[in-house]
Formats: sequence, C-alpha cells, structure tokens
Amino acid sequence: MKRSLFGRLWPNVTAVVLFAGFVFPVYWMFSTALKPTGDIISENPVWFPTNITFEHFKRATSVDNFWTYVGNSLIVTLCAVGLSLIVALAGSFALARMRFKGRRGFIIGFMLAQMAPWEVMIIAIYMIVRDASMLNSLVPLTAFYMMMILPFTILTLRGFVAAVPRELEESAMVDGCSRSQAFRKVILPLLAPGLMSTSLFGFITAWNEFPLVLVLNKEAEAQTLPLWLSSFQTAFGNDWGATMAASSLFAVPILILFVFLQRRAVSGLTAGAVKG
Amino acid sequence: MTVQIERPPSGPVGVANKHRRGSAGAGPRGASRARGLVPYLLLLPACAVTVLLLGWPLVKDVLLSFQNLNMAQLIQRVTEWNGIDNYTQVLTGADFWRVTLRSILFTAVNVVVIMVIGTLVGLLLARLGKRMRFTLMIGLVLAWAMPVVAASTVYQWLFAQRFGVVNWVLAKLGWESMADYSWTSSQMSTFFVVTLLIVWMSIPFVAINLYAATTTIPAELYEAAALDGAGGWKSFTTVTLPFLRPFLYATTFLEIIWVFKAFVQVFTINGGGPDRLTEILPVYAYIEGVGNQHYGMGAAIAVLTILIMLGLTAYYLRIVLKQEEDEL
Repeated sequence: MKRSLFGRLWPNVTAVVLFAGFVFPVYWMFSTALKPTGDIISENPVWFPTNITFEHFKRATSVDNFWTYVGNSLIVTLCAVGLSLIVALAGSFALARMRFKGRRGFIIGFMLAQMAPWEVMIIAIYMIVRDASMLNSLVPLTAFYMMMILPFTILTLRGFVAAVPRELEESAMVDGCSRSQAFRKVILPLLAPGLMSTSLFGFITAWNEFPLVLVLNKEAEAQTLPLWLSSFQTAFGNDWGATMAASSLFAVPILILFVFLQRRAVSGLTAGAVKG
Repeated sequence: MTVQIERPPSGPVGVANKHRRGSAGAGPRGASRARGLVPYLLLLPACAVTVLLLGWPLVKDVLLSFQNLNMAQLIQRVTEWNGIDNYTQVLTGADFWRVTLRSILFTAVNVVVIMVIGTLVGLLLARLGKRMRFTLMIGLVLAWAMPVVAASTVYQWLFAQRFGVVNWVLAKLGWESMADYSWTSSQMSTFFVVTLLIVWMSIPFVAINLYAATTTIPAELYEAAALDGAGGWKSFTTVTLPFLRPFLYATTFLEIIWVFKAFVQVFTINGGGPDRLTEILPVYAYIEGVGNQHYGMGAAIAVLTILIMLGLTAYYLRIVLKQEEDEL
C-alpha cells in the first residue's frame, strides 16, 4: 500500500514533537544545572548553555550532611534489594518448580501484596516503629523498603526460574549434583540477568521512596536523598541552579541504570545455555 | 513503575512436575512427606516477612482507626478506644466527601488522558520507521526513568513564577498576563501542573507496553482482514483493538491505582495547597493524621481510602483473580 507524502510525514513530525515534549524537562534540568546563575535568572531563557559551570553542583553537595544522605540512601537501598533477592529467590523457586497445595493462593497473595497502598499506611507504620522506639533509624526503613519490592521480586523471579530449561537442572543431577548444587551451579548463573533486572526495579523503587522516610526519620542523620531534594527549594529559596544540580545528581544514577540495564537484562536470558 | 504484565509460562512446568512426583512415590514414605514440606519451607521467609511488615501495619491501621489518638495520647503512650467515633466524625464532616469526590475526579481525568494519549503514542510507535521509533523510545524511557521527586522539582522550576520557562513562552505567545503567573496560587492551576507531571511520567509505561503488545499481533490476521476487504479503520477495530483489549484493561487498572495514591506528586508540588484545596485522599489522611496529629482520625481516613480503592478496582480485580485461577 502506498501512502501519500502527508501520510508518511505526519507520524514522523508527531514523533519529533513528542520526543521534544518528553525530553525537555530532563534537558532543562541538566542545562539549568550547568548554566551560570546569570543565564538562569535572565529575562529571556538561555536555551543552550554556552558557559558551562559546575559551581551549582559544588553548592548543592556542600550542604550539611549531604554525604550522610548519600550514604544512607545507598545503605538502605542496597540492603533492601539484597535482602529481598535472597528471600524472593527461595520463594520463587518453590513457586516456579514445585507443585504443592496452596500454590495458587500464594501467587495471588503476592499479586495483591504488590498493590499494597503504602502511601496510605504511613500512619500505622509510624505508630509501629515508634512503639518499637526505632524512629530515626535506618533499620525499619530498610525492612519496609524490602517489603515494598518483595512481591514484585518474587513474581518476576518466578518467571525467570521457570524459563531456565528443566533439562539443564536434570542433567546436572544425573552428573551427580544434589538438587541444591544443581541450583547453585546451573540455575543461579543462568538467573543472573533476571536477578539483575529485578534488582534494578527494586533499586529504583527504594531509591525514590519518599512518604515513609518523610514520616519516620525527622533527624538529618537518618534521612535519605529524596528528603534532601524535596527540602531543597525551601532551604535555598529560588536558587534554581543548585536545586537543579541536586535533582540531576539524584536522577543520574537511575537514568543510567534504567537505560543500560533494561535491554541487557532482557537479551541476556538463557543466551548460550542450550547449544547443540 | 514496577509491575509485570506478561505472565511467566507455568503450564508445562506443572505437567512435568506431576510426572516427577509419580516416580518419587516409590521411595520411603517419610522422605516424600519431608519433601512435601520443602516448598513451604522455601516460602516461609517471604510469607513471614509479608505478614509482619505488610499484614501487621494493615491490621494496626484498622485498630488505630478505633482509637482516640492525638498528641496528648501519643506522648503519654496511652491507648484510648473510642469505638466508631473517628468514622462518624469523618463521614459526617463535609471535608471527607469533598476530598473523596475530588480524588475520584482527579483520578478519572488523569487516567483518561494517560490512556488516550498513551494508546495513541503506542500505536504511533508501531507505525514509525526504525530510527524514528528508537528516538521516540529514548525520550519515553528518559521520562519514565526520571525519579518522582526529581521530576516534581523540575516541574516546579518549569512553572516557576519568576524566570519559569512556561510563563515566558506563554507571555511570548501573547498571554501577557501570564508573565508573572503563580501556578501554585489557585486550585485549578496547581492541579494542572500536577496532572501534567503525572501524565508525562505515566504515558511511557502505557505507550511502550502497548507497542510491545502490537508486535505480538500475527500479521496473518491483517492479511485475512484485508482479503475480506477491510480498510485501515476497519482492520483496526476488528483486529488491533480486540487484540489489545486485555492490555488496555490491565494498564487502565494499574494507572487507576497509581494515580489514586499519587501522594508524592501532589505533596511535593504544593503540599496539598493552596488552602488545602488540592488534597487528594492519601494527602488528606497524612495532613489530618500526621500534620494535625489526629492519628486516629488519619487512620480512619486511611482505612476508608483503602476501601474506596478496592471499590474502584474490584471489577477488574475479580477478572484478574479468576483468570489467574484458570491459568495456574
């Protein structure tokens, strides 16, 4: 079927407009962060930064406790992801490879748990944590973040475990491996891409979490980067250069992870596992 | 952001498993019973954690909603039960119903806009050439990956009263009065910014998933439709749309949940202001409960919010659960 010039043109034009619309806020964040202050507060916007400067980044990172926030965010996020992977791996193996009474119920349970309205449960969680005298601590934060990402981790890993050919496991067992050895030596390496993509999403969720840390940790020593970022404008007034530098610093790890790992994680699955 | 749409293959695995169990039955009885416990043991940590960290807070929420718990009780650490007082107070007040109506309207507008534009973008992706599709995909993934708090900070800068780029563009386009407009000064303009933010972040998920779904439509269906004399529109409504329907249902359902509890966006853009006029239910529960330190009341609002959410999604939830039961 031949399409008219107009018919071939409009999808591309629309795509360009949409591309600009979706990218612009991200672009504006980076470009504001890199522009000298004079270019930021000018009557006419400077669309392309010409005099690149890093002074805003310096100001944003020299805030009190900045490195504490970075450390806290990293500790909480990595621990939550690691713990949930360990807990989920066992569960997902059972759900994918074994047949037992109530299996369906477990899966439905985790599907429901995945939709838990955490934003609305913060009052109850606040009370629980306070009664345990653990406000302003990273431990409850890690625990709840792990729970937030656990259902998704289990359900996704279950898919990845199911996708590893059963024959590989069986032939390892024929060759004299025990079941747990077969799991460690055969399935686990094949699961690596699955583990990676799952932990990537877990990382993003935990890294971005805001309402819970807002309620639980009022002291700076126990706060994380999202709080630092959201309190930025209040503290800095209209210092948009530093604010955008802060946003960039916060967003960059996620943007990089997302763009790179998303594709690798999918394509790597079982590639080269069954050959010949 | 993190939800799986495709279901992992589970059918054949189950069949193979049954085989195995048949042959294992020959072994001693005690060993097979012990083996029967293995899956439960493997699932034990996950279930224990879920009960402790998800189940308990839910129960606690319900318990708190029957307590008179304000600042005084909080400091003295006393538990005062007050029956359904919190609920009568919440349900007879005008505030709760106003916020509920606002939340539902807010969710409806957002979800409709997200689904319509998201679907169109998804179909556009399917129609584009390779290079153009890749370009648009990059834009979508960037917007998708942007952390919520960072995105909302950027939107505040875009819509800033002084030196904000949106006001500048509007003024240049002829709305001189917009040059110094404060977007957070009125209810509707605040909602506009929040909606734009949510729509911008949510469309990529819908569009990319929908595009992925269109790639699974067998080409023969289109050929058959063309043989039957179907035009472009006809083959769209008879082939594309029925094929995409499950995906559309699933994404609509997820978007309803996500938008309904869009605490972070509303809270960070303007804290539910001006004058508490942009509070949606989760923000209302937070401000009543934690902000004004009426924890019992806040818990009651939270319980009602969860019930409303269940009500809004019950229809779809039933379909999903049934489907899942047939499949597993």
